[in-house]
Amino acid sequence: MEIFKYKKPLSLMSKSKRFGLLSVTLLILSLGLIIGKGFNYGIDFAGGTLIQVQYNGKAPIEKVREAIDSDRSYEGATVTFFGGEDEVVIRTKTSSKALGVDVGDQIRALLQDTGNFEVRRVDMVGAKVGSELREKGLMAMVLAIIGILIYVSFRFEWRFAVASVMALMHDVTIAMGMIVLFNVEVNLDILAALLTILGYSLNDTIIVFDRIREGIRTIKDPDLGGIIDESVTRTLSRTTLTSLTTFFVVLTLYLFGGEIINGFSFTLLVGVIVGTYSSIFVASPILMWLGFSVGGFREKEAEKLKREKEKEKMRAMYENGTL
Amino acid sequence: MKTLNFRVILFAFALIFGVVFSIPSLTQSESGKKITLGLDLQGGLHMLLGIKSEIAIESRIKSMAASVKYIFDDEEIIFDDLRMIDGEKITFELLDTDEVTKAQALLKKELEGTVVINNGMKFSVTMTEAEVERTKQNAIQQAVDTIRNRLNEFGLAEPTVAKQGEDKILVEVPGIKTQEDEQRIRELIARAAHLQLMAVDEDRNIRVNTMSLAEAKSYGDVILPDVNTGEKYLLRAIPVLDGSMLTDAKVGFDESNQPVINFTLNGQGAKIFGDFTGVSVGKRMAVVLDNKVYSAPVINERIGGGRVQISGRFEISEAHDLAIALRSGALLAPVYVMEKRSVGPSLGADSIKASSIALVLGFILVVIFMVVYYGMAGIIANVALIGNLFLILAIMSLFGATLTLPGMAGIVLTVGMAVDANVIISERIRELLYEGKSVAKSIENGYSNAFTAIWDANVTTLIAATVLYAYGTGAIKGFALTMSIGIMASMLTAIVGTHGIYQWLLPKIDKNKLRLWFGIRTEGVK
Repeated sequence: MEIFKYKKPLSLMSKSKRFGLLSVTLLILSLGLIIGKGFNYGIDFAGGTLIQVQYNGKAPIEKVREAIDSDRSYEGATVTFFGGEDEVVIRTKTSSKALGVDVGDQIRALLQDTGNFEVRRVDMVGAKVGSELREKGLMAMVLAIIGILIYVSFRFEWRFAVASVMALMHDVTIAMGMIVLFNVEVNLDILAALLTILGYSLNDTIIVFDRIREGIRTIKDPDLGGIIDESVTRTLSRTTLTSLTTFFVVLTLYLFGGEIINGFSFTLLVGVIVGTYSSIFVASPILMWLGFSVGGFREKEAEKLKREKEKEKMRAMYENGTL
Repeated sequence: MKTLNFRVILFAFALIFGVVFSIPSLTQSESGKKITLGLDLQGGLHMLLGIKSEIAIESRIKSMAASVKYIFDDEEIIFDDLRMIDGEKITFELLDTDEVTKAQALLKKELEGTVVINNGMKFSVTMTEAEVERTKQNAIQQAVDTIRNRLNEFGLAEPTVAKQGEDKILVEVPGIKTQEDEQRIRELIARAAHLQLMAVDEDRNIRVNTMSLAEAKSYGDVILPDVNTGEKYLLRAIPVLDGSMLTDAKVGFDESNQPVINFTLNGQGAKIFGDFTGVSVGKRMAVVLDNKVYSAPVINERIGGGRVQISGRFEISEAHDLAIALRSGALLAPVYVMEKRSVGPSLGADSIKASSIALVLGFILVVIFMVVYYGMAGIIANVALIGNLFLILAIMSLFGATLTLPGMAGIVLTVGMAVDANVIISERIRELLYEGKSVAKSIENGYSNAFTAIWDANVTTLIAATVLYAYGTGAIKGFALTMSIGIMASMLTAIVGTHGIYQWLLPKIDKNKLRLWFGIRTEGVK
């Protein structure tokens, strides 16, 4: 079976302006959402307490609300269904200060008369931990990007590194925008999902770039646009296929993975789609836009080859005893 | 057929290795190394504790004051106005000029890590900066050890207690079933178990109910309540001795069959205690635990031998936990909860079920898709995929790695991405076949052409994963670990393994049956 059969290169670069416009629009919208509306930080980052309670039968959500509201220290607490109708999640901004006094215990006591229930999960995070986690997450992101820049610059050229990092930020930003748009609660697992997108998007982009690098060496076209068109077209089949298999898996995770990893799998779904789009339509135009020169690259490559050959010659001479 | 090549043999070894070492984890058997399930999957209590190390410094100062008093009394140096100031230093004044040199020498000898400054007969003693730092480090290390001892004595399965970062303690206790157990564990951990024996200030105790805290402080006293009656006592702030001189604590019963705690003091403690009771006959001495008075008996005679009893109307389980806490030692500084997560066992089981369903379904989808799309090449890729899964499990088992929910998601995702290498290779082989190359040449060049792409892509992803592992906490670490192992395992299975299988099967691959082998029509080939 085949989806794309390579016949001739698609003319993608000539349409790059249109995709550029689309990407910039999406980016502006995402940034607007992130700055304007802001993330819905879950307790991992904002601090507070989350209690997940499963009832025997349908949860009496109104009674639960009343019970929680009866204690003034839980002002502003929210009670929502979780997954099915038998489970509710109570979120409050309060977190225990002392080991002896526990918000979980107190809420359990408040709920005593609401019915037959089992406490399935209590998460309590102090505000200080939250800000520390946020800082660490950001730090990890920045360091990962630096590492990638160095490696890709070393293996390809600095413009490839910058382009791949820009494509990666493009994907992560849009995914963040979607998280805000769909009001997904941002917890540690969402951070993990964003970091996965980072890895996935990078993977996709590097595969395309590798083909472009190969194209520069083998295709006699002096025009970068032509080389990119051919390289992207040749990897199109692979890009779509891998995206499809990953998409299938993430979709099953979203559909069957349970409520607890819903936010995680939603973020990944968005990431797979955006990541695929960017590796086809965004990463390579950035490379061109950065002023990558085919001639220059070929010259450098030729020089590298020459140096290696010389070394080889010297070694041979040395081994033959003529040096 | 060609004989087996080294790649196939290597792959077969990897496969056997993978299967053998993942069996203990898959069957959850008792023997053999296996993957530990994270608390989010098996249920349990996870706590991140902070520590108030400034309290450790303060109590260090306090015990310095107690030492000064003891040394000077012992050497009969007369002094007055011994005070602690702001929990930072102690000051006192000698009454006899002739003893200044002797006092200086004694202090230098007996108090380590301090700076002693004297202005004539006025002395002040502070801790050196290095000593302050050492005390802080000591407090956290001691808290880790103490909490670990307490949890071990409580008799729970495999609790983890570890220092995290500079000043935090991570406590993980799997398999807690009831709320009562959880609460008991929390109390056991939090219990400072700071035992002090303190003299009652008999001269002024009569006015204790009208005295302000500030006034008490001006006399060098503190006011502490009785744990049962709430009655107040005026006590000398510098204790006679504290729990650091305790060697053992056991639950016992008194005449009326009430649980009590008997504890034993070490040699130095026993001597101090004997001396003190000797000179204080007729006065009261309070047994103070965590700043609450448990009993304040009148001293009838000198008590030697260093045996002391606390009675305080305990529940038997309370007495039991208290004895554990006393035996494991006091926390030099109090701890507080920064983060607590408790997961019920049923939720953990549900999470495993849900993600397993996703894993199996996703896996089946990918497997079918690959066969439909690539034919035999797809089957070969699937063999590599299965090998990859087993390898991940085996390596994680051998490391004793913890599998968390995001970790499971990481494995699910690996399934999606692991076929990537084979997709790239198969696409390359197809391209070469279309160009009219021979099957053997297409396979060889397909692998060499695809290799740099796969290598670069994997290394960059691995860089990202390594950073995540180094900087991430808990869940993210688990995720980064599974992802890294997955990437490395796929290099072995998807590149080396499948290459070997192709080489092994090469004589059988018929160029007229490309549809069967690579999923493409032979007519399209040049």
